[in-house]
Amino acid sequence: MTSAEVAGLALELKGAKEGQGEVPAASAGERFTSYDVDAFEVPGGREENWRFTPLRRLRGLHDGSAPLSGVAVVEIAGAGEGVTVERATRDDARVGEGGVPADRVAAQAWSAAPDVTIVTLDGDPAPLDITVTGPGAGAAAAAHLQVRTRPNASATVVLTHLGSGALADNLEVVLADGSRLTLVVTDEWLDDAVHVGAQHLSLGRDTTLKVISVALGGDLVRISPTVTFRGPGGDVELVGLGYADAGQHLEQRLLVDHAVPNCRSNVLYKNALQGDGAHTVWIGDVLIRAAAENTETFEFNRNLVLTERARADSVPNLEIETGEITGAGHASATGRFDDEQLFYLQSRGIPEDVARRLVVRGFFGEILSRLPLPELRERLEAAIEAELAVTGA
Amino acid sequence: MSTLEISDLHVEVAVDGGAKEILRGVDLTIRAGETHAIMGPNGSGKSTLAYAIAGHPKYTITRGTVTLDAGDGIKQDVLAMTVDERARAGLFLAMQYPVEVPGVSTANFLRSAATAVRGEAPKLRTWVKEVKQAMSDLDIDPDFADRNVNEGFSGGEKKRHEVLQLALLKPKIAILDETDSGLDVDALRVVSEGVNRFKESGDVGVLLITHYTRILNHITPDVVHVFAGGRVVESGGPELADELEAEGYVKYAGVADAAAASATV
Repeated sequence: MTSAEVAGLALELKGAKEGQGEVPAASAGERFTSYDVDAFEVPGGREENWRFTPLRRLRGLHDGSAPLSGVAVVEIAGAGEGVTVERATRDDARVGEGGVPADRVAAQAWSAAPDVTIVTLDGDPAPLDITVTGPGAGAAAAAHLQVRTRPNASATVVLTHLGSGALADNLEVVLADGSRLTLVVTDEWLDDAVHVGAQHLSLGRDTTLKVISVALGGDLVRISPTVTFRGPGGDVELVGLGYADAGQHLEQRLLVDHAVPNCRSNVLYKNALQGDGAHTVWIGDVLIRAAAENTETFEFNRNLVLTERARADSVPNLEIETGEITGAGHASATGRFDDEQLFYLQSRGIPEDVARRLVVRGFFGEILSRLPLPELRERLEAAIEAELAVTGA
Repeated sequence: MSTLEISDLHVEVAVDGGAKEILRGVDLTIRAGETHAIMGPNGSGKSTLAYAIAGHPKYTITRGTVTLDAGDGIKQDVLAMTVDERARAGLFLAMQYPVEVPGVSTANFLRSAATAVRGEAPKLRTWVKEVKQAMSDLDIDPDFADRNVNEGFSGGEKKRHEVLQLALLKPKIAILDETDSGLDVDALRVVSEGVNRFKESGDVGVLLITHYTRILNHITPDVVHVFAGGRVVESGGPELADELEAEGYVKYAGVADAAAASATV
């Protein structure tokens, strides 16, 4: 291990020595973060935070071999009153307020993104659509988007990922005191796409953030949301669904870092898997630091394995450093849609394809019902139906 | 008139290192308007008969036929149908161990099943009324509609839920596999009344599989069959059930052994 100090570190890590990134953090609270890509070792696949990810399918996003010369187009529709859109550079003072990269791909994206799209929401704007389109088959790109609210704003944003190619990106969400944001993030990539994304979700005092993630498309999608609270009274709900079909890898790595008192977090992720080699990974770290009194947190991951030869990994992890909490819990359950269930439904006249749909719809209903806009809900329901049809169920 | 005809039915299940024959030539005909009871000791193959007719993938038919005339004079080959086709043709199996289906609400399940069996979605307004009435007939709490199918149901609740489906799906021939097991006296009465309502509802046949005679005090059979060694070894009127109640199945143990012996030759 070298002893050179790492450049470009976040304030709280000033003085950290190089090489610390390679040591798997024993506690989620000791996680290494840096804006500097070289501060992170190139992952070899055995590190705790990479061990579930098939590195050879990352198109070089993790080791610097991806050229990142492509362009991911960020389009914004519906920007009316209360919405400001800017193309900033990464030395803009606001950039980084959401958080600091915690893995090499995020740090790479941080330095490689050609600009930072900053969307500021004020008052009570109409729902905003942001679409990120991949750089195209065979190309790789980096992107950086920041969504921020003004104090007491209340807004809904739908962020859709489409197209093909490889994308490494950072999404910052910075909620000013007293504001509320509902954010829907969908991964509706074409089959070839690879998306490795870091989400830095920072909540001010008395804020409410709801994030609903829907992962359907792509060859490999790995999203790492990190939630931090800047003041008491923050309330975050992270819900997500993933539908992995044959050969598809969907990974969700969450860290909710409770470092201030009187905040709540509620996490619910559901994945369905169907087809040979379908793989989902859910890592849910919740950290309640000593100062985070009166924290209330619950996290739950459920996976539904619809066919043989599909694999769901689920690692819930709760670290509690104070006894003065309101409540904390976590749970994980992976179930199989088995022949007995199919037989039971069929024995009531329900054809096999309808039976499968019934089960998947029922399973995802709890997540889909939380989608804010009816037309969006219908569109995503239809997209899930299409997934079922593609996989021949 | 609807008729289910089982002829020389032989059924195997896969076991370690081969197949084991469970049914060894079952002959049975159930016509609409009739209630047949099949009684027999544990392991005699009663449940296998029920599941084989319904088409459970675990069972392989090696010989014999099962046909269903749904009242139109056409004998349909049941064994050539998929599980769901059998149900839509008019067969129903109330299971001994109903399966939990997480994620699917009972309301959604019942409506999907009714839509499949009736060939069109029932009109919402009349459907809600129909389900409500059927649930109330069986003393089922309306909250059950929102719960996942059989998930967390007690044994008795599961059985009532099976009879609820019987009432809503209105099959031509219903097979009830140990529907009485695990029920207390009150639940047994409620469930039996449900089956009797079904019997009176139309031109339907019932095959009642049971280990004990007590359900026969509530549901009167026209014919009682004794099942042993994978086939019907004796048939008679309701008085046969009383005889079994008094004497048990000991008398048929030899028959079972003989059948097993002849089957292995």
